[in-house]
Amino acid sequence: MVNASPEGADTDVILQLLGQVSDPEVPVLSILDLGIVRSWRKDENGVEVVITPTYSGCPAMDTIEADIRKTFLEAGFLHLEVRTVLDPPWTTDWMSEEGKEKLRAYGIAPPESGSADKRTLFGKEEAVRCPHCRSLQTEVVSMFGSTACKALYRCKDCLEPFDYFKCI
Amino acid sequence: MENPLLSYTLFLADNSLITGQRLSEWCGHGPILEQDIALSNIALDHLGQARMLLQYAAEQKGEGWTEDRLAYFRDEKNFRNLLMTELPKGDWGYTVMRAFLYDTYHFYEMTSLLQSKDKQLRAIAQKAIKEIRYHAQWSAEWVIRLGDGTEESHQRIKRSLVELWPFTGEFFETDEAASGLNANGIAPSYTHIRTQWNAKVEEVLALATLERPADGWMQSGGRKGAHTEHMGYLLAEMQHIPRSYPDAQW
Repeated sequence: MVNASPEGADTDVILQLLGQVSDPEVPVLSILDLGIVRSWRKDENGVEVVITPTYSGCPAMDTIEADIRKTFLEAGFLHLEVRTVLDPPWTTDWMSEEGKEKLRAYGIAPPESGSADKRTLFGKEEAVRCPHCRSLQTEVVSMFGSTACKALYRCKDCLEPFDYFKCI
Repeated sequence: MENPLLSYTLFLADNSLITGQRLSEWCGHGPILEQDIALSNIALDHLGQARMLLQYAAEQKGEGWTEDRLAYFRDEKNFRNLLMTELPKGDWGYTVMRAFLYDTYHFYEMTSLLQSKDKQLRAIAQKAIKEIRYHAQWSAEWVIRLGDGTEESHQRIKRSLVELWPFTGEFFETDEAASGLNANGIAPSYTHIRTQWNAKVEEVLALATLERPADGWMQSGGRKGAHTEHMGYLLAEMQHIPRSYPDAQW
């Protein structure tokens, strides 16, 4: 995912700074965990960070961009360019394994693809595991949840409602 | 004549913008909390897609145009959206049926645009299609639920279907700009989209125990800027703050 790696020390610093910027709507995830940082580079003119939106209407994108600026400015990087690209489009497959584990621990079922898909009218629907009791006996309450990236589910075993970070 | 690509980009942008604006009227008024949230999310997706398209249109237009200026400072006759998107939201069944007819169309339109030779339209379609699949699934499920539901829900959604049908012909019209772009591989073939749309609509209506209305006289005019009497009110509500305070900053 992070495909630039110039001077060693800077690489660590920049990665560390990017790792400090969290998703304002899911604060346990950093933007690196989410996979929205597509690339970055540093040269004599400063640092450029390229990000991509999760959902096209996601209101967190502006905040994320501002947070990246603030974090780098505070660390002494005065020249920073944050660029947004659409292509290739973000997919939940870019979320790191560590990120998925953090989501689960936070009580949000991480995106799952490929397991026991059910066919629907316009595509497929995934079998979702309850983040609390790990049961697969879950049902959709609504495919639209508290933010653009989440769906509402209910566990039929432990009866707890939960958020699911839906696949796109 | 206006650049055909710009004209087509604005057609796509305005459909998303006006659809998002209409759906957002349900925010806080949905019949149950989950559906209120669903419609607000869907409205937000449309608005996000409208922004990407309006940014692209503004870039093509140049001369100081921005996405905001295109959304807030154009008048009715310069909007190209399909008439169906601007109709008042009606009752729940009407909203659901309109969403279904439009989402199914939008799904196949954006699926076709994944092959567009225009790089930016293709990138936007790649982004949008992931969201539209969820919209189309949601509205189709509601059509089935209401159509195959109670006597009352069946009657009401059937009435909505009949009222909305004459607005579906406009989906597949192509003007000079669009057919030129189709020949260049930039815009899709709307004849092909119509075939796909017909098949899916018939499949879902059958599941909903509803009969597909016969194609009769069809409404037209949106893409030429000849709108219904509802459009002016919608724009007044959408545009009055930026027009009252044109240089306001957050």
